[in-house]
Amino acid sequence: MAVPKRKHSKSRRNKRRAHQALKTPSLSLCSQCNEPKLPHRACPHCGFYRGREIIETGEK
Amino acid sequence: MRHLKSGRKLGRTTAHRRALLRNLVTSLLEHERIKTTDAKAKELRRVADKMITLGKRGDLHARRQALAYIKSKDVVAKLFSELAERFQDRQGGYTRIVKVGFRTGDAARMSIIELLKEETKPKAKKRTRKKAAAKKAKKEEPKAAKEKKPKAKKEVKEEPEEVEVQAEEEEAAKEAEAETPRGDDAEADSGAEEPQDEPEEEKVEEPKE
Repeated sequence: MAVPKRKHSKSRRNKRRAHQALKTPSLSLCSQCNEPKLPHRACPHCGFYRGREIIETGEK
Repeated sequence: MRHLKSGRKLGRTTAHRRALLRNLVTSLLEHERIKTTDAKAKELRRVADKMITLGKRGDLHARRQALAYIKSKDVVAKLFSELAERFQDRQGGYTRIVKVGFRTGDAARMSIIELLKEETKPKAKKRTRKKAAAKKAKKEEPKAAKEKKPKAKKEVKEEPEEVEVQAEEEEAAKEAEAETPRGDDAEADSGAEEPQDEPEEEKVEEPKE
């Protein structure tokens, strides 16, 4: 039966994992309340989207 | 190839998917605004537009097609009266989808889908969007406040007027019917004219019902 001859080194393991970093979410500022929010989504803080859309009444 | 592969399967069998969309479109037309996942909302948009088009057609065949799909007779009645009138000037695109974050539990992307209201007509809406892109967000706020107020007033005004107009038409029809027998005896000319008017009024009223 085929069996690995050598244990993979830490260097080899770390090089494999070099591309697995998490990306930071791209946040935009709400035009209504200036809180950070996800782009293309209603603001979870004030419930506005595209100026006039009031989606949910949490605050303001 | 992607040929003829439109739409989403939503991880369901055909029957399950059809039942889901029937439930969703019934709820949307009833409540005007529902919260669901992004994928379901985008799929629902297609169905909702088709149903509203049926409502705008307004004939008996369209009504039966709608009844065969929509689960509630009350909703079909609303679709063929209130909603058909509301979307008379709009050529498709009767819904708006706004994404609202993630569901707790399975982190599914959620969005709100709603039927458009008569806040702005299609042509005017495009203009405001271009202006909004050019100007800053602060200038949009007063606009939004102005647009909402007249909208509320319009809705209040329109409804009583329609009721009055219909009531007047009904009264006029009754009076015309009452007058005809007298006219036939007394004057042959006026008697001949009045029956011609009656069927026209009745034809106008039928599609509204």
